[in-house]
This record gives sequence, structure tokens and C-alpha cells, in this order.
Amino acid sequence: MSELKLMKGNEALAEAAIRAGADAYFGYPITPQSEVIEYLMTEQPEKRTGMVVLQAESEVAAINMVYGAASTGKKVMTSSSSPGISLKLEGISYLAGAELPAVIVNVVRGGPGLGTIQPSQADYFQSVKGGGHGDYHLYVLAPSSVQEMADFVEDAFDIAFKYRAPVLILSDGLIGQMMEKVELKDQQERLTDEEVIKRHDSWATTGKTNRERNIITSLDLVSEKMEARVHRLMAKYKKMEEEDLRFEKIMCDDADYLFVAYGSSARIAQKAVELGREKGLKVGLLRPITLFPFPKKQLLDLADQVKGMLSVEMSAGQMVEDVKLAVEHKVPVEHFGRTGGIIHTPEEVLEALEQKIIKENGSIRYHKTRESSIL
Amino acid sequence: MEVSDIIKPENQVFCKTQLLTDTTLSYCPGCGHGTAHSITMEVIEEMGIVQDTIGVAPVGCSVLAYDFMNIDMTQAAHGRAPAVATAISRVWPNKYVFTYQGDGDLAAIGTAETIHACNRGENIVIIFVNNGIYGMTGGQMAPTTLEGMMSSTSPYGRDVKTMGMPIKMTELVANLPGVYYATRQAVHTHKHVRKAKKAIKKAFENTRLNNGISFIEIVSNCNSGWKMTPNESNIWMEENMFPYFPLGDIKVNGKLK
Ligand SMILES: Cc1ncc(C[n+]2csc(CCOP(=O)(O)OP(=O)(O)O)c2C)c(N)n1
Repeated sequence: MSELKLMKGNEALAEAAIRAGADAYFGYPITPQSEVIEYLMTEQPEKRTGMVVLQAESEVAAINMVYGAASTGKKVMTSSSSPGISLKLEGISYLAGAELPAVIVNVVRGGPGLGTIQPSQADYFQSVKGGGHGDYHLYVLAPSSVQEMADFVEDAFDIAFKYRAPVLILSDGLIGQMMEKVELKDQQERLTDEEVIKRHDSWATTGKTNRERNIITSLDLVSEKMEARVHRLMAKYKKMEEEDLRFEKIMCDDADYLFVAYGSSARIAQKAVELGREKGLKVGLLRPITLFPFPKKQLLDLADQVKGMLSVEMSAGQMVEDVKLAVEHKVPVEHFGRTGGIIHTPEEVLEALEQKIIKENGSIRYHKTRESSIL
Repeated sequence: MEVSDIIKPENQVFCKTQLLTDTTLSYCPGCGHGTAHSITMEVIEEMGIVQDTIGVAPVGCSVLAYDFMNIDMTQAAHGRAPAVATAISRVWPNKYVFTYQGDGDLAAIGTAETIHACNRGENIVIIFVNNGIYGMTGGQMAPTTLEGMMSSTSPYGRDVKTMGMPIKMTELVANLPGVYYATRQAVHTHKHVRKAKKAIKKAFENTRLNNGISFIEIVSNCNSGWKMTPNESNIWMEENMFPYFPLGDIKVNGKLK
């Protein structure tokens, strides 16, 4: 039976991992995500389902533990916050290169450097533009509620195994720390060792039986082979875009102006939509649920309809670049967001729309520039 | 007479283990890695545990160990093999998991992973090939490079005033309660090979009995990195490496010698 509970986002995520039948979690404490490992240590999933939980000596060790468990076909997860994710990036690049399924969670705090422990969305670039070295992407899911913190764990595992690729859940300190009602799914059985072998015997390192040996590596010293590996990854990303792109449109049908926002900022922007509508402004919201793949086509379509877009993020302006790329200069796109751990209010967001987009009436100006540059 | 007339099973006194592939080794002629590989594979074959064995390759000359070892293997990031092996052993508690690492991998970049895996007493085997140099990247100074020893990043010899003394990893980890067996071996003569193989066998037996970490250092040569002939390098190793890194057991059955 599913269960209704009042939980913090971090706790909901941890409980959902147990219920999704995860085999292991490896992590290292850092605010604002330490509740994940604290909850797991308290719950003792080893007794409930046999799930392994281990506090590693560092984020570097934790991600390499993830790599080890993933290379044997097990369902494995880690979580951290910004500085810790920076440390994990070499391992994440290895996971992508070696084509291993794994779930990584970033409960973002303000940065750069040690930054602040307050919520932030300033790790967008790191999450969707690679972060680690080499030609790779992560499938990135951005929850905007405690419910989604829970739901996305299972979704992330499904995608990770569908593509044999690492998946990132990009949350932030606000979603991680706040308490909301959450409906938890039923417990899924963990796969037995025999089932893991049966499912993943074609690639996982579980011990060589009567088959060829299985090797997990990201190394190809022959350049042509390395290029082929990269092309294989690119084909996966294309398929993700075709089959697993996720987004939500709120009041977009008649919208003249559009907010683009994900995660916490989408919640705030949704309220700003309401405030705008009360004032008679036709405002809508496009919420990318996956940040990679990104809803490029949806934005381009909306660019034919709206007069301007405001990308709202708790950062100095990162996703705004992707919005601009998507709309191909058809409409003005501006950024608004507080950063450094400050959470913008719906009023601030609406005011920014009015000042940066509506007042300037930039759509006309932009169209002109575009035409003149064509001429 | 054809070669196939001579090489017949009944004529063979010594056979290559089935657990080594026929791929040509990428190691320099005279290097100890090949011998260390083959005794490790022989032990696994003799114990009949290949279906339950998972190896972890490092970054270093032996990064391609999986090309030569005919077993399931995962290649770890530089220094992280003990973390990778930890997780494999935790999610597959009945498997035999081993790492195979060089001194740069294990004692420099991966020191934290080594110490903590040892301290937790993970039920794994660590095979640590100490050649006193970074072989793969072209002969730079390692944490185990001897005092005064020349390398491309210590061209005037290791200055211990600025670089410290070469680190004795096996003695260091032997002091951790999680380590059940710590020994230092070599593979440059038949006698040493036999002893080292025994030690590796003991290590895998320890895994079977769930005893925790077995840590096997193999002091080896790097004739290319040391800029010597294979024979010279073995003599140099005996004369210079062995006095500082003395061979023998350091901890057996959980007790320091
Ligand atoms: C993060 C990272 N840093 C540096 C390197 C470059 N690198 C590759 S192998 C190596 C040293 C290996 O030396 P050792 O572990 O002693 O093994 P050997 O090659 O001597 O067998 C280094 C520094 C790397 N691959 N990854």
C-alpha cells in the first residue's frame, strides 16, 4: 500500500531509494543534503531490504564506490551538494564513459567555493554542460516538490538502466530541506543476485562463467574506437531527447509572456503567473522537468506565440543561455534571479518580467535586429 | 618435425594458465608485472574461483590488466581501486574481489582510499606492485622512489629534505586493525615467485574465510623507468630496494610480526 507522510525532501528521496529496491547507497555528509545518509543510517535498510549503506571517506571515494557497484549491475545511488559534486566529477565522467547506470543527486547550495549552505541553482552549467571531462552528458531531472524528490528516484533508476548511463537528480537546498506531504510508493523487491546476473550478464562484471569475460572500462587507446564510443553516447542522448524529454506547461495556451523556470524557481514562478494573471497580464510558465534533454522545440514553438521570455533561476543566469539558444532570437529572453543563497519572491519575479520584458517591448526591437542582420 | 608435434598436452611440463589471454603483454621486456599477473591468475585457477572473482585494474602500466587476465574486471579511476573494490565486495559479499595497483596509484593519489578500505577491513585482496616510479607516464618520482634516486621529476635524485622519505605503505597499513595479512614479496627469481604465489593464495583464502584485508606488496623493477637493462634493474632492486623495503611477512593472521 502506498503511504502518505509529511517529510523533508531529502528524507523522501532516501525513503524512495529504499522503496525503489536500490541495492546500495554511498555518500559523504554535506549540508544541505546530510539528511539523506542520516535517514538511511537510521532506517537501516540493510535489515528492511538488504540495501547496503556506507559512509565513504570522501565524495571521491563515494562516487568510485558507486562506479564499483554499478559495474556489477546493481542499483546504486549517491547524493551530495555542490562542492561534493565538484569532487565527484571525475568519477561521473568515468561512469558516463564506461556506460554504467547510476543515480547521483545534487542538493545544490550557493557557490562558487565553499559558498553558502542556502539554496541555489548555480550548478546548472555543471549539471547539463558536462561538468567532468570529455564528450558526455547526464540525463538531468529537476524536482520541484518533495513529492518529485521521491518519485524521481525510481524514474532516474529506470532511465539509468534503460540507457546504461548516469542520471542526475538536480535539486536544491529548498526542496531538500522543506517538509511537504508526500505519497510514497509501495516497496519494490530488490533483485536477487541471480536476477541481476540474468538481466545484466551481457556486460556486468559478476564473475566469468561460461561466457566471454566482461570488462568495464572507459579507456580506448585507439582513437577510432574512442570516437566510436563517443558516437554511441551521442546516439543515447539523441534517443533520450526523442523518448524521455519531460516538461510541464502552465497557462501557456493564451500566454503573451513566458516564464521559464525549473525546480524551486518553477514553484515561485508559478505563483508569479497567478499574480500576473490577477493584474490582467497573460503570463505562462514552461517548466523543464528534464534539463538535459532540454525542451528546445517547445520553447521555439512558444517563441512564435509570446512576446518575450524571462528565465528565472536562483543563479546569476545560466539556463537563460539555453533558452536563448532554443528560441533562435525570435523573441527577447532575459534572466532574473537572486543568487548566493537568496530565494526570490513571486513579487520580485513578476516585477522583473514587467521591467525587463514588458516595458522594453523588446520583441519588436529583436525582430528588427534580426532582419537587419539578415539583410 | 612441426611445432605442433612437440607442443602436445602430454609433453607439456608447464602450462600457461587458462586465465591469461594470448594477448601480447604491453609491458616492457623484463618488467615484473607479467609475472605478478600470471601468479595471480594461477591462484584463481587453482582455487577454482574464477566464476566468483572480480578484479579491479588501476591507472598505471597495469591499466590494461583486463586485456591479459581472462576474468571479469573493472577499470578504476587513478587511485580509487580500493573504493571500487569496497563497493563490489559489499554488494556481492560472496565474491573474491581484488585490486591490482602501482605505487603512484595506491600510495599517492589513492592514499585515502587505501587507508580507509584497510581500516574498514574490507574483505578484499590488494596486490600492490611497488616499482618505485611512475612507469606509465614516463618515469616520474613516486612516493616510493628511494632517497637520491633519479627520475624525470627528481633529475638530481630524490631530495628527502623537500620530498620526505619514501613511504612504506605495507608497514603503515599493517598497523590498522582491519588488515589481517600484510606481506612484502618479489617476483624476479623462481624462489621469490613461488613465495609470492603462496602469499597470494593465502590472501584469497583469507577472502574465502571472510578475514578482511589481505595486503600484498610486490617490490618490482622498472627497467625502462630506471634506465637499466632488465638484469641490471633486478640487481639494483636487490641492492637498493630490498634494504629499504625488506621482504617478508609484516602481519599474519591479524598479528604484527
Ligand atoms: C587523475 C589522474 N591523474 C594523473 C594521471 C596520469 N597517470 C597515469 S598513470 C600514473 C602513474 C602510475 O604510476 P604507478 O601507480 O606507480 O604505476 P606503474 O605505471 O609504475 O605501474 C599517472 C600519474 C591519471 N591518469 N589520472
